[in-house]
Amino acid sequence: MHDFKYARPASLAAAATLVKKGGADPVFLAGGQTLIPALKMRLRKPSTVIDLAAIKGLDGIAEKKGKGKDKGLTVVVGALTTHAAVAGSKLVKARIPALAALAEGIGDPQVRHRGTLGGSIANADPAADYPAAVIALHAEVVTNKRSISGDAFFKGFFETALKPGEIVTAVNFRVPDKAAYMKFAQPASRFALVGVLVAKFGAEVRVAVTGAGASVFRVPDMEKALAKSFSAAALDGIKVSPKDLNSDIHAAADYRAHLIGVLAKRAVEACG
Amino acid sequence: MPRVALTVNGKAVTAEVEGRTLLVQLLRENLGLTGTHVGCDTSQCGACTVHVNGRSVKSCTMLAVQAASSAVTTIEGLANGTELHPMQEAFREHHGLQCGFCTPGMVMSAIDLARHNPEADETQVREWLEGNLCRCTGYHNIVKAILAGIKAMLGNAPRGKSAKSRGTSS
Repeated sequence: MHDFKYARPASLAAAATLVKKGGADPVFLAGGQTLIPALKMRLRKPSTVIDLAAIKGLDGIAEKKGKGKDKGLTVVVGALTTHAAVAGSKLVKARIPALAALAEGIGDPQVRHRGTLGGSIANADPAADYPAAVIALHAEVVTNKRSISGDAFFKGFFETALKPGEIVTAVNFRVPDKAAYMKFAQPASRFALVGVLVAKFGAEVRVAVTGAGASVFRVPDMEKALAKSFSAAALDGIKVSPKDLNSDIHAAADYRAHLIGVLAKRAVEACG
Repeated sequence: MPRVALTVNGKAVTAEVEGRTLLVQLLRENLGLTGTHVGCDTSQCGACTVHVNGRSVKSCTMLAVQAASSAVTTIEGLANGTELHPMQEAFREHHGLQCGFCTPGMVMSAIDLARHNPEADETQVREWLEGNLCRCTGYHNIVKAILAGIKAMLGNAPRGKSAKSRGTSS
């Protein structure tokens, strides 16, 4: 690992100042479960590592009522909330059990004790689990500068709408009528070879797929079919094209395409 | 160089470290606590598992500076003099090791499970060990040891204060 300057600001404002003064390539550190391995492999060589851990108010879980025409309930998860905290939260288990189950399936217990929601989505690994929740659960990503619709957050392979120096502070997940996440885990890393989150909000159904493409994506044909009839059988015959899907030593694109169909059906069944 | 102050096995420690110094390097190289092992150095094998503020983490995937103001417990902090911690004793009794390299991480991980899910059954123990790899035993005796260790910890625990008195909590 190359050495770097380490900073531990006590406020978002101080963190923003450090970004400006942080040299060529400052980087934010949340739980470090991806960044630290990347530093060790010299995939990243930041000038300054800005540790967000001392900033108050970036973790914790709460619920709130929507405003205006959107009266829906949302679960607000602070960016530095660990996967273990989400998985163990009584509130998350009661409101969005699929989200608690998703967090419980990330990595292993020790990774879940350190890894955070904000770190995961800011990193935007194409095989990470949380992006599926951000898309399927109508999430809103709150930063130190603005609020970004979940639909506009992921831009591509390890790419998000975040601007340099922008810090995710929380994610608001809308509470669905029902939802379920099904993952075919890569057996060594537990990352999603393919993960599908199906969520139903009244007449609207969202199907978000992670692990299969360069970035999380929705499957409109499945969403339309499920909106008409919310049953696994409604997905019969709906194929996802393997074109543009990931192909690697673990799974070829056509296998991933097949898994999307299988996992989507299982998720619908798990919704009950 | 950044200065880091933390508690390790109940003792206050301060050290000057580089930003890039890993917690496991601080423990092994600065403090001589070589019971915590580095196996894969890629956050997978769990040989480096220690407790930070009571939860098991991989000390090869945490910077020493991130542990500032934290309470860290390593395998060396478990025994009470010559009396082994019940989980260590269970590993010995049930022969939950062969070469022993993964054992410190297994024991630290198992104690975290025992504290947070003392009802854990065999399936849950096996799931919990997702982050701890053993290349010798095939896990069978490790699982047996952990189930027995959890029982022993419950049995020995005067309600509410056992963990602290044994120096395994924070």
